[in-house]
Amino acid sequence: MKKSLLARNNDLANTQRQLEILSNGIFADGELLTFANKIKETNQFPLRPKKLEILQINLGYMCNQVCAHCHVDAGPDRKEIMTTETMQQCLDVIKKTGAHTLDLTGGAPEMNPNFRWFVEEAAKAGIKDFIVRSNLTIIRANKKYYDLPKFFKKHNVHVVSSMPHWTRGKTDKQRGSGVFDKSIKALQMLNEVGYGMEGSNLKLDLVYNPSGAFLPGDQMALENDFKKALKDDFNISFNYLFAITNLPISRFLDYLIASENYEDYMFALVEAYNPAAVENVMCTNTLSVSWDGYLYDCDFNQMLNLKINSKVKHIADYNEELLQDRNIIINQYCYGCTAGAGSSCQGVVA
Amino acid sequence: MSKTYYDPADLRKFGKITEWNEELGNKFFDYYGKVFEEGALTAREKSLIALAVAHTEQCPYCIDAYTKDGLQRGITKEQMMEAIHVGAAIKSGATLVHGVQMMNKVNKLEM
Repeated sequence: MKKSLLARNNDLANTQRQLEILSNGIFADGELLTFANKIKETNQFPLRPKKLEILQINLGYMCNQVCAHCHVDAGPDRKEIMTTETMQQCLDVIKKTGAHTLDLTGGAPEMNPNFRWFVEEAAKAGIKDFIVRSNLTIIRANKKYYDLPKFFKKHNVHVVSSMPHWTRGKTDKQRGSGVFDKSIKALQMLNEVGYGMEGSNLKLDLVYNPSGAFLPGDQMALENDFKKALKDDFNISFNYLFAITNLPISRFLDYLIASENYEDYMFALVEAYNPAAVENVMCTNTLSVSWDGYLYDCDFNQMLNLKINSKVKHIADYNEELLQDRNIIINQYCYGCTAGAGSSCQGVVA
Repeated sequence: MSKTYYDPADLRKFGKITEWNEELGNKFFDYYGKVFEEGALTAREKSLIALAVAHTEQCPYCIDAYTKDGLQRGITKEQMMEAIHVGAAIKSGATLVHGVQMMNKVNKLEM
C-alpha cells in the first residue's frame, strides 16, 4: 500500500508549498485570472457566508485506504484523531447549532475509537440530516466493523459513500487494489438492512470523483449509468449520486504535476467557471471542524491549514453569530467548486 | 512561429476564430453547441460518434477533446476503442468498396 505524502516527506506535504504552486506560474503571469479577481468581475468579492446549514466534522485523517486523489492525504500512517474532549466540545455545539445537517468525515471516521459513542450522542440532538461519509471498504476491513450497517440504521444515519466508477478497473486504479469488490459487498450489506431501497427512509448516496485529470460530467446522466450498472451487475440500489470535482490540492495536485496535467486542468476549471455556482458554493453554508477542533471555511481550507478568518478559531469558543460575520478565505483551487454545475460535498450546486 | 504544426495548447484558442469573423464564428459555435445537445440521440452517443469521426478525420485536437469528454461522461476505454473500430471499419470499407469500381473498369476495358 502507498504511503501518504506526509509519510513520504513529499514536498507537497508542506501546505505552504501547495499554496505557492497555486499562486505562481499561470496565475502569476496573468495567463489565468486568480479566483479573487474572477469573482470581482461579478461583484461577488469578498465571499461572505449565508445562513449556516451544514456542520462538517473531521474525526481524523486515519484511513484504511490511500486513494490517489485524496485531498486529505489520509491513510493508515496518519495518526491525527479527534479526542473525546474535542468530541464533547463538538457535541455541545451540535446541541445548539442552527445547522440542519451534521456531516462526519475523515479519513475513515469509523476508525476513530470513539466513533460509535460520538454517533450515539450526536444522534440524540435530533439534527434533521445526520451524514456519515463512509469509504465502504471499512465495513469489510475487519470483523469489528461488519455490523456498521446495523449501527448506522439504529441511529438513522444517512450514509454517503465514495464510488468512482461502476467498473472494477477504474475504481481500483483510484482507490487501491481490491477496493471495488469490497465496496460492492459493503453496498450489498447496506441494502440488506434497508439502505437505498425503494420505500425505505434509510438514505444511501454515492459520491463520484473523476478518476483522472478531467471534470465530472452531468450528475444526472452519471447517476443513471451508475444505477443501471450496479443494479444489473450486482443488484445494488442507492438514492442519489453526487458528482464531485477533484480540487487541485494535496495528492491530486501531486498527481496533476507528476502527470504534466496541471496547467490543462487549471485551464479546464477556469474555462468552466460558472458565476451562478459561486452563489451556492458550500463554504457559504458550511463550517468545517478539524480533528483538533479548529474551524475552517471548508474541508479544503482545512487541509491547507487556512484557519477561519474570525475571532473565533476553535470549536471550544463557538459563537454562530460571530462566525457568520467573516470573509471566506479563497484561493485558485476554489475554481474546482465553481466549474460547470459547481461542486460541493452534496454534489452540484447550480 | 511554433516548432510543430500541432500545438495541444491551440485547442484552448479555438474560440478565438470568432475574432477574425465574429458573425460566422458565432454561427458555427451556436450550431456546434446545438448539435451536441441531448436529442433523439443521447449526448453520450454523440460523444462516441464524435470520437470515432475525430479518428477518421485524424484531428488531434478533436481526439484530445472527445477522449476527455468521454471520460467525463463515464465512457469506458473499451467503449471508446469499439467506437474507433467502427470508424476504422467504415474508413477501410470505404476504401475497399471502391474496388468494385476498379473491377467494373477492368471488366469494361478488357476483352
